[in-house]
Amino acid sequence: MDLGQIDPILLLASLMVAATPILLAATGEMVVEKSGVLNLGVEGMMITGAVVGFAVAVNSGSPAAGFVAAALAGAGLALLFGLITQVLKSNQVATGLGLTLFGLGLSSLIGKPYEGIKAPSLGKLDIPLLADIPVLGPILFRHDPMVYISLLIVLGVWAGLKYTRAGLVLRAVGENHTAAHALGYKVIRVRLAAILFGGAMAGMGGAYLSLVRVPTWVEGMTAGAGWIALAIVVFASWRAGRVLLGAYLFGGVSVLQLNLQAAGAAIPVEYLSMSPYLVTILVLVVISLRGKHGAPGSLGRVFHATT
Amino acid sequence: MTDALLTLDGLTKAYPGVVANDAVSFAIQPGEVHALLGENGAGKSTLVKTIYGLVKPDAGKMFLHGAPFMPANPRAARAAGVAMVFQHFSLFDALTVAENVALGMDDPPGQGQLGARIREVSEAYGLPLDPDRIVGELSAGERQRVEIVRCLLQNPRLLIMDEPTSVLTPQEVDILFKTLRKLAAEGTSILYISHKLEEIRSLCEHATVLRLGQVVATCDPREKTARDLAEMMVGSALHVPEREGGETGDMLLEVKRLSLPAPGGFGTPLRDVSLSVLSGEILGIGGVAGNGQDELLAALSGERPAPSGSILLRQRDISRLRPNARRALGLLAAPEERLGHAAAPEMSLTENALLTGDVRERLSSRGFIRWGKAREFAARVIEAFDVRTPGPDTAAGALSGGNLQKFVIGREILQKPDVFVVNQPTWGVDASAAAAIRQALLDLAQTGAGVVVISQDLDELMEIADHFTALNEGRLAPIRPARGLTIEEIGLMMGGAHDMDVADEAAIAEVLA
Amino acid sequence: MRFVLEKRPAPSRLMLGLTPILAVIATMLAGGVMFWALGANPVEAIRTIFVDPLFDPTFASYSRPQLLVKAAPLILIAIGLSLGFRAGIWNIGAEGQYIIGAVVGAGVGLAFYPTESRLVFPAMVLAGAFGGWVWAMIPALLKTRLGTNEILVSLMLVYVAENILASVASGLLKNPEGRGFPGSRNFARDYPAASNLELLPGTGMHWGVIAAFIAVIAAYVLMTRHKMGFAIRLTGEAPRAARFAGVNPTRLVVFSLGMAGALAGMAGLFEVSGPAGQISIDFGSGYGFTAIIVAFLGRLHPIGILLAGLLMALTYIGGELAQLMLGMPAAAIQLFQGMLLFFLLAMDVFANYRIRLKTREAA
Repeated sequence: MDLGQIDPILLLASLMVAATPILLAATGEMVVEKSGVLNLGVEGMMITGAVVGFAVAVNSGSPAAGFVAAALAGAGLALLFGLITQVLKSNQVATGLGLTLFGLGLSSLIGKPYEGIKAPSLGKLDIPLLADIPVLGPILFRHDPMVYISLLIVLGVWAGLKYTRAGLVLRAVGENHTAAHALGYKVIRVRLAAILFGGAMAGMGGAYLSLVRVPTWVEGMTAGAGWIALAIVVFASWRAGRVLLGAYLFGGVSVLQLNLQAAGAAIPVEYLSMSPYLVTILVLVVISLRGKHGAPGSLGRVFHATT
Repeated sequence: MTDALLTLDGLTKAYPGVVANDAVSFAIQPGEVHALLGENGAGKSTLVKTIYGLVKPDAGKMFLHGAPFMPANPRAARAAGVAMVFQHFSLFDALTVAENVALGMDDPPGQGQLGARIREVSEAYGLPLDPDRIVGELSAGERQRVEIVRCLLQNPRLLIMDEPTSVLTPQEVDILFKTLRKLAAEGTSILYISHKLEEIRSLCEHATVLRLGQVVATCDPREKTARDLAEMMVGSALHVPEREGGETGDMLLEVKRLSLPAPGGFGTPLRDVSLSVLSGEILGIGGVAGNGQDELLAALSGERPAPSGSILLRQRDISRLRPNARRALGLLAAPEERLGHAAAPEMSLTENALLTGDVRERLSSRGFIRWGKAREFAARVIEAFDVRTPGPDTAAGALSGGNLQKFVIGREILQKPDVFVVNQPTWGVDASAAAAIRQALLDLAQTGAGVVVISQDLDELMEIADHFTALNEGRLAPIRPARGLTIEEIGLMMGGAHDMDVADEAAIAEVLA
Repeated sequence: MRFVLEKRPAPSRLMLGLTPILAVIATMLAGGVMFWALGANPVEAIRTIFVDPLFDPTFASYSRPQLLVKAAPLILIAIGLSLGFRAGIWNIGAEGQYIIGAVVGAGVGLAFYPTESRLVFPAMVLAGAFGGWVWAMIPALLKTRLGTNEILVSLMLVYVAENILASVASGLLKNPEGRGFPGSRNFARDYPAASNLELLPGTGMHWGVIAAFIAVIAAYVLMTRHKMGFAIRLTGEAPRAARFAGVNPTRLVVFSLGMAGALAGMAGLFEVSGPAGQISIDFGSGYGFTAIIVAFLGRLHPIGILLAGLLMALTYIGGELAQLMLGMPAAAIQLFQGMLLFFLLAMDVFANYRIRLKTREAA
């Protein structure tokens, strides 16, 4: 193997790209969980977003339209989850699993005609001046717009949860839905809104995979990214800043293993490909060693107003 | 009564199978402390939820200052000047005091300004609070202050308080009452909900008594005896449990310097708890909610193992034994929360009988359940404790609170425990069931068992306990004979006034200015 | 006017039995719409999926035996999953346990090649169960020792298992006489002593089917008569009451995850040594995930799972037939199965709540 083939600058630059899908999905899921809902359907919403975004981008020639469509598709599936869990009070774990299985089926059905096509390029947003800084320029400032949009969304979610009234109400609903209801807040409505936001984010995360990262449609291409996003929310102790950290750490691992594969490392390919999943397990173990901190009080519990 | 603040006219609300409010009418005058008195299930909660916009009545009208008033939600009620302190706190553990207060206000000021207001108002009323603390770390009394301060910040015209003193020591109750009288003197009306008669007699000028959803009496509670009020509330003469000063015998249960860390994020640690229970003795453990009651019960029942040598049953160390091993040796327990802890609500009474009865009643053999015997045992409990239910196949959750509690207590007593530990035996139970349960506990002690009753109802403890102690922040006060204890002494054992202070008139005037 | 949900004290037994049937009907209706959108005649499509595999003179002789072949692994895995699901322990990595069971079991069998002993196959079954058990013990121990979330760990291990499968198919277990192609020896063709043969010709009955029936009966007895079954149900319905009753949560997690892993591993072994024939890169066929639907559709009840497994097997076979006859995409049937689970979960509301129509008073 020739480690010299791995260019550290390129590696770090691709890290941001590799992390973006998971960052988007995990940020969305964090908001959902903050409202007290556990949606295990992230994988299904992501892959549906991937295929819908891809199809719309190919047909319209506009990747931006693809992202919008992916967000709508993700939110559409999320709405289904929201209605079944919030209005019809079903078990959130089972329904989330169902959403994932449903999304995988739906995506391969929609995706059949699009296999083997290349996505229209989103283009790079070379930020003037900054992009020319040596080393830092290529790493940080020569990406496509979605990388920066995802960072802005994380910032917005952090500030929104911490400083706005809506964020406070969302946290309150997730912490103790009975008390929130007693104070007159609309628990179900707040949760539905959070679920829709989470779905839209997962959809965009999926579209980033099929439009930028790969960029083509392959059946089952999320390959567990949605589940890893769920793990990152746990790793992050439900904090936006740490979601960013977790997603970038994970992006680093997956980029590194791909580079090692390409460089022909002595380790068999299969062991490199399983490493992101092993790292995720390891991270979950380390987090659980520290004890359960920060999980919203009503997470995953069914809310039924008694009055 | 055109000058009344709030007039209720014929409010009716029915739930399937029960009429919670049946044509309830009364009026609250400005600056009046008005008691709403009634047993559990009399319809008090439904009524105040209607006033606060949480429940829509089926029929009837309300008038606020003579104008029709029917708040669609709590926000509308708050906008009209109605504020409420809930019995089960409407607080958010993981959020700060200031955030909790902001959630109860419709138009809160900025965070910095709100913090300053919280400090001012809370100190002026003798309820000091730090706006930046996380609510989950506060004591039950402090949590109630958050609720009250949240209400006071909105300058309410009507303040509704639902059973506010259940979490306070007698000293704290005194201070709260001074605050409430002050508020009333300033023109705020207070609707005070309680089933504690002495409190109402000392605080309120007017009382409306509810029974089975109907107004059965109105009176000036200061002119009535507690017994009169109780009979209005219950509708019949009360059965007072009989007890004969029983003989006490051998040492049964001993707890030696038991310390346990808090379970989970917001629990209470047990600190150096020691106690002993003799045969035939009832030990009463008082204390304000959230001071380690659940944790003590879990340590005694075996749900949480304790350090070796800290719990002894007849001199035998049982600290590390699991619940069923303790049951086999004769230590039985009944936790406070009936639904989901003492009983599984969706399971039948037969299955719930099996839940604790397996070992002593031999309801299984070689791992296989003997359903016939389990059903028979459930039927015996139903029969012996007069549990009103169609039969052992009924789901536990379908029983009323009082009947399920009789089942839970009966299930343990019929297994003939040597030591029985019970937390809140009559919480949320109607008066006749409560009397039956207390009598059963007395009878059990009479047969030579040792009984530990953990309760937040001091009257109950004074009525049945031989010895008394209290839990305060996970510590147990020295055990003393119950007879002859004064209310002040009991209050001090429960932790006194903590850091509550009498309302400062000058400071209030300044804050309100 | 509006609908008001009112919680029932205990779920309605009638509705628990009725809702799966309603969900199947609703799925057929919605599926019909989907097939219509895909350009097929909806009535014909539904008939092709649900009726033709059993009654069409041309296909029934082939597809009837397939029913048992497909249903057996689904039922075996779903029975195991139902034990955990009942207790609120969410093992969703049965697919990984299935794969590892197949790998370990096949590995033991191939290690004895070409010994012609009657003991080889039983040893493989035990090894398969052991492999699945070990794979399930990873999330079980992490959960009981450290409190790590079993949902995510068990799922991550599916991807790890798939990579192990790919590795051994082209490495350790590769057929030395396979001219360099990935994939192990074929049990039926190369090693009959280690293969899971059809016991009665033309029925699809193999050892896995027998194991599935035994599992259904054993699970039924466990859940209704045994203390462990009671502990499982109690933990699922009221976890605090279970602790109070003296249920040991660690033992429960180890038991239910272990059983699920062992049954899934066994299912994998029966599959690899029978219908699949060999370890290959694409051995994992999603049975571990479909079994989740089977478990819920069967109401986590052994008899229900038996029926649901047969129904789900029917949709597999019917789906293949629809692919063949109507050119329906393979994914359509996956979507169809997902829809079935959704409809079922949505209809749970009828079992857990009473629904009343309420006229709202003008307020």
